[in-house]
Amino acid sequence: MNRVSILVFHPLMHKSRVNQKLALAVDGMEGVSTRFMYDIYPDFYIDVKKEQEVLLESDTIVWQHPFYWYSSPSLLKEWIDLVLEHGFAYGRKGRALEGKQIMSTISTGGRREAYLSDEDGKFSVRQLLAPFEQTTTLCRMNYLSPFVTHGTHLLDENGIGEAASGYAKVIGALRDGLYSTEELRKHEYINDLIL
Amino acid sequence: MHQQDFFQNAIIYLLAAVISVPVAKRLGFGSVLGYLLAGMIIGPFVLGLIGSEGEDVMNFAEFGVVMMLFLIGLELKPNLLWEMRKSIFGLGGLQLVISAVLIGTIAVVLGQTVGAGVAIGLTLGLSSTAIVLQTLNEKGLMKQASGQASFSVLLFQDISVVPILALIPLLASSAFSAGTASHEDIRYIGELEITGWVQVAMMLVVISGIVVVGLYLVKYVFRIIARTGLREIFTATALLLVIATAMLMDLVGLSPALGAFLSGIVLANNEYRHELEADVEPFKGLLLGLFFISVGASINFGLLISSPGLIVILLFSLIAVKFMVLFILGRFFGLRGGQNTLFAFALAQGGEFAFVLVAFSLNNGVIDAGVSSILLLVVALSMAVTPLLLLLNDKLILPLAFRSENIREHDVIDQNGHPVIIAGFGRFGVGMGRFLIANGIKATILDDNPDNIEVLRKFGFKVYYGDATRADLLASAGAGEAKVLVVAVDDKHQSLKIVDLAKRNYPHLKILVRSTDLDHTYELLDRKVDGIKRDTFESSLRLGTEVLTHLGYNSYRAHRLAGTFRQHNRKVIHELYRHHGEDEKKYLSEAKKFASELEELLQAENEDSSHEQDCSWDVSSRREEIQQINRSSPKGSN
Repeated sequence: MNRVSILVFHPLMHKSRVNQKLALAVDGMEGVSTRFMYDIYPDFYIDVKKEQEVLLESDTIVWQHPFYWYSSPSLLKEWIDLVLEHGFAYGRKGRALEGKQIMSTISTGGRREAYLSDEDGKFSVRQLLAPFEQTTTLCRMNYLSPFVTHGTHLLDENGIGEAASGYAKVIGALRDGLYSTEELRKHEYINDLIL
Repeated sequence: MHQQDFFQNAIIYLLAAVISVPVAKRLGFGSVLGYLLAGMIIGPFVLGLIGSEGEDVMNFAEFGVVMMLFLIGLELKPNLLWEMRKSIFGLGGLQLVISAVLIGTIAVVLGQTVGAGVAIGLTLGLSSTAIVLQTLNEKGLMKQASGQASFSVLLFQDISVVPILALIPLLASSAFSAGTASHEDIRYIGELEITGWVQVAMMLVVISGIVVVGLYLVKYVFRIIARTGLREIFTATALLLVIATAMLMDLVGLSPALGAFLSGIVLANNEYRHELEADVEPFKGLLLGLFFISVGASINFGLLISSPGLIVILLFSLIAVKFMVLFILGRFFGLRGGQNTLFAFALAQGGEFAFVLVAFSLNNGVIDAGVSSILLLVVALSMAVTPLLLLLNDKLILPLAFRSENIREHDVIDQNGHPVIIAGFGRFGVGMGRFLIANGIKATILDDNPDNIEVLRKFGFKVYYGDATRADLLASAGAGEAKVLVVAVDDKHQSLKIVDLAKRNYPHLKILVRSTDLDHTYELLDRKVDGIKRDTFESSLRLGTEVLTHLGYNSYRAHRLAGTFRQHNRKVIHELYRHHGEDEKKYLSEAKKFASELEELLQAENEDSSHEQDCSWDVSSRREEIQQINRSSPKGSN
């Protein structure tokens, strides 16, 4: 059984519709820890040691956040800048995260069609996630296909519920190691593999 | 009838105090002179509103002195008392002996018997605990060298009243005039002679009883009383404690004031100390006031008018002799300059014990009635002029004689080029100072509370005793080389004085100031200091943030709301600042002022509702927009 650590980055949790439901669906699952990072670090003063310990104790790490301006809320950037230290996460001696799985869970108002990369001036979600992917690659981690919820503005309660149970299924599968790492990296979205 | 008298008297005393004390304060005289003047006015020689019963009132009101010593004991740590032993017995002992010898010699030269001379010398050698401590406290001088020395002397005098009382009857027999002594007093002497050691044993038993009860038992009693939740019962217990101790001491022949002082010291580390203080304080204040009024009322203006020359000469000589003795001894015991003149002027009068001792000497036939009334008048007058002498010292002598010299003794500060100077290292300054020092910032710290300094020094803080409102102290603290001056004193006027001083002399200094209220903030904004922080705002906002999280708000949301409010508060303050001064008001009390400030603040708050900062993260407006678009073109869009 993989130990799964979900780090939720949402600055306005009480007004969130999708991320809140997604987090609730996986919060309390056996072998899964869900941490609401904006609550833990309201002043952005990140406890680097503590965060590194969490990473060491996890096999699978999930960054869950809304896709603000095609990227993450600022606390995740701060977290990445501080926690993925040289000598710990990367560098000649930085092998602490080697082989661990990492996945982005993204929610976005835009539909999947809006991210079609063929149209001029548009990029796909995967292209836009490149900095995250490359960061984790440098840390010798395995960046899995992301879990993406599109068109959140138009989702009704049922739609959100569906997304949430899908998310729980994905997290369960990751925890139970139902798929090989190769399989988990093969698709554009992890949704395409499991749901 | 009796009751009517009581209320009538109460009204007279209270009215006199209520009118004269504020007037005296307003004129800069201090409360003691106000009370004394009130007493003179309502006394038998001016308005005659109170008559002979004034004497009884005085006896009763003397209890205020007992309470005052109890309160002083509460604030005094036993180890501090031990440290003062040299000045209590050295300075205090020499003062009394030398003054008594000089005054006694003068009395003998003027035709008194040797016995009477000794009695008069010892009686007039004593000073007034009530007047001196009340005045020094009011001026905030108790913690200074002069205050400490005064206290030592007074304490010794208090202790010595007991042997003086024992001595006076013996003086009578040595002067062969014991015939007039009352039977009671003779019996008293007999008892003392026969059972002297029994009495000493009793004294020891009572004292150790007070110590044991105070240290081990009283807190349980207070705990039980406190649990009843009845405040007046707590007050009653506190009064009972003080009165019982005083009675016990009196019973075994010790001074009641000394007993109260002792029990105060014993209770100094008690957990109920502050409640005790708060409960006894008003009684002390009222009784002392009453005492001063009755001293004023007792002044025999008839005698003064009939032989003004003699009285004035005696008064002048008494004060002159005591002043000289005190001044010279003060020098020997390390008091310098202004501290020493203050000390000498403060103690140059006769004391309340003189009233007791003069009466006792008269009863024992040591002195005759004529001398006794002259002594009483001189003592009362000397008490009345003490506040005037201190005023004279403050306004005339100090500025003339010690223009370049410190009034307080300041520490010598080693020049070490620290970049930060912190003025004021109390509750507020400490947190900031620790933070800076923890980060290796070297800071020179100035504080004028000797107690704080002692503790902080013990933990290796470089704290210096001194009043930062003085230009030379700022200079020696290295204001010339420092980069930042932090003004963290809690007194607004002191704070502004430091700011003005620094602005004038050290334009390069960045000045960061703790503000204590809105007015203070305005004044600091006027002075364009580099930073102002309201001393309580930040922590109360933080606590408010915690309240929100306990109500179920996410911590980050609470954090952001606090940030929004902080910014909004800043705006409100600056808005208020722009309009202040348009209608300036004088407030009757601090509380009233605070309420008015609060009103102003809340008013401005209503007009400027805070803007939500975090709109960008709230997608609901965008969702609505998209849903609208979607509804208007149901064919689907991208």
